[in-house]
Amino acid sequence: MEHHQERSDHRSQDLPQVLVIKPPPVLTLFEDKFISSKFQLLKAWESTLPLDQFLTNYAGSVRAVLCSGASPITADIIRLLPSLQLVITASAGVNHIDLTECRRLGIAVTNAAGVFSDDGADAAVGLLIDVLRKVSAADRYVRNGLWPAKGDYALGSKLGGKRVGVVGLGGFGSAVAKRLEAFGCTVLYNSRTQKPSVPYPFYSTVLELAADSDSLIICCGLTAETRHMINREVLLVLGKQGVIVNIARGAIINEKEMVECLVRGEIGGAGLDVFENEPNVPEELFGLDNVVLSPHRVVFTPESFVAASELVVGNLEAFFSNKPLLSPVIYE
Amino acid sequence: MESIGVLMVCPMNSYLEHELEKRFNLFRFWTVPEKSAFLATNKNSIRAVVGNSSAGADAELIEVLPKLEIVASFSVGLDKIDLAKCKEKGIRVTNTPDVLTDDVADLAIGLMLAVLRKLCESDRYVRSGKWKKGDYRLTTKFTGKKVGIIGLGRIGMAVAKRAEAFSCPISYYSRTEKPEIKYKYYPGVVELAANCDILVVACSLTEETLHIINREVIDALGPKGVLINVGRGPHVDEPELVSALVERRLGGAGLDVFEHEPEVPEELFGLDNVVLLPHVGSGTVETRQAMADLVIGNLEAHFLNRPLLTPVV
Repeated sequence: MEHHQERSDHRSQDLPQVLVIKPPPVLTLFEDKFISSKFQLLKAWESTLPLDQFLTNYAGSVRAVLCSGASPITADIIRLLPSLQLVITASAGVNHIDLTECRRLGIAVTNAAGVFSDDGADAAVGLLIDVLRKVSAADRYVRNGLWPAKGDYALGSKLGGKRVGVVGLGGFGSAVAKRLEAFGCTVLYNSRTQKPSVPYPFYSTVLELAADSDSLIICCGLTAETRHMINREVLLVLGKQGVIVNIARGAIINEKEMVECLVRGEIGGAGLDVFENEPNVPEELFGLDNVVLSPHRVVFTPESFVAASELVVGNLEAFFSNKPLLSPVIYE
Repeated sequence: MESIGVLMVCPMNSYLEHELEKRFNLFRFWTVPEKSAFLATNKNSIRAVVGNSSAGADAELIEVLPKLEIVASFSVGLDKIDLAKCKEKGIRVTNTPDVLTDDVADLAIGLMLAVLRKLCESDRYVRSGKWKKGDYRLTTKFTGKKVGIIGLGRIGMAVAKRAEAFSCPISYYSRTEKPEIKYKYYPGVVELAANCDILVVACSLTEETLHIINREVIDALGPKGVLINVGRGPHVDEPELVSALVERRLGGAGLDVFEHEPEVPEELFGLDNVVLLPHVGSGTVETRQAMADLVIGNLEAHFLNRPLLTPVV
């Protein structure tokens, strides 16, 4: 990969540095968006030194770090960054950041909430339609020449009138709900707290939501509380016709139990963009026609990535100008 | 009514067959080896024909059935029925509108999302076992894309309503402008194609709309445009479409229907910017049952001298 150190070297050496341990996808694909007059990037991944040594040698005065899922900000990392005041992620999710430690040390955190909601919601609805109407499976059927050979494809299930439970009614969940209404679905939801201004029925537990839903769409963040929240019990109650769509984080679902339920026909199908141990996907899923698989890219569009880049740079420039951050994560 | 002969022209739904058998003397045309002989023998007892999107009642069939009173189609499309001949002979015709509108519209949106967001291609990629970290591929955003609809009937309106929830600006072409509709009207298909990102065929197939998607329209839609066909295969000049897709002069296509079903041009099988479906627009358990009930209901109403439920002629 081309070395961009020259570009940042020949500009002012006084520019504050933003540490990047491993580049997030937005930086890899849109590096030119990250050129700023207010900061320069300190690219740890380009060094051959072990990380802790690199940080000790070069990151002592670093006040900001741009992280990603591939380079989590743990308490150990924070300890090696004595001047750290800001953690920025180019994702909506913040599960790779030790928020407790950041809060304890007064380190601000910003994410890219909002810019991914439309694309994430579009793909969630697309995956739900795909599973219910067997779009990918039927496309495979046609491409394998089976339509003339074996006749009409199996019938799917109607989306209209389905009760769809949205887990997490933040940016993604609200965008999903708005779209589903246009298809004549009844939207139900669960989230940490009930939202009074929202017209959808609230369920205080995921189990109760699943019991009353035909499909579940997972849109919440991954936290200690939501880890493995969707387990065998929830899936069984969702039922044999039930469909689950996950665009959030793989670990929200107990993957082993979900795979068992799918293989045994205890739930109707799944649309999955995320997995517990990406890029590893349980091979049992490859033989199932009622599952649609996606390689963690439901938010990967040029528009989302450009908007995320601009938000990251906007937050960094605000920080280095002592102005209010654009998208701070508010601790609860 | 058990003596009333009902000729079902092709297999379509076992629930429908079962229910028709309970009420009528059902003939399964596709199981008959010598069709002319069969018709000669049974023509005087056949008073109804049940067809679908693949086969219906053309002039030839109508002529050899002197006692034919009603053609009930297990579809909303009427392109396989010689309507003029039916009118001329006083033969009633029914179809299955409304009950399948939602499913077809849902599938149209599903195709748009599958094509733009490469859902089928993603699924193939993951199943191949080739997914590795750092493999970033961007797909095309759907929200906000301009959707142009050909035919703003029940299905066209349902597509529009759904696309609006994705903030898609809607425009349309139809035989006449509908002043009460707030969407932008274009008086020609080429103009519509030039001004939208995604073009949806949702009109009925008639002599006027045959090959309504031709080279000129495809060129106007362009290398970033996407065609969605949930109408009928013959709406599209298929060889033109195939070469445009292979040569990347057209951005992509989501196709539920083809000119010579179940044959699908094999040149399309290797493309990642198309989604190919085996005519499943109304293909859900719920909707096919509702369609079957309408066919049965129409036939019963006719033979009991009651008003037809969904008459066309």
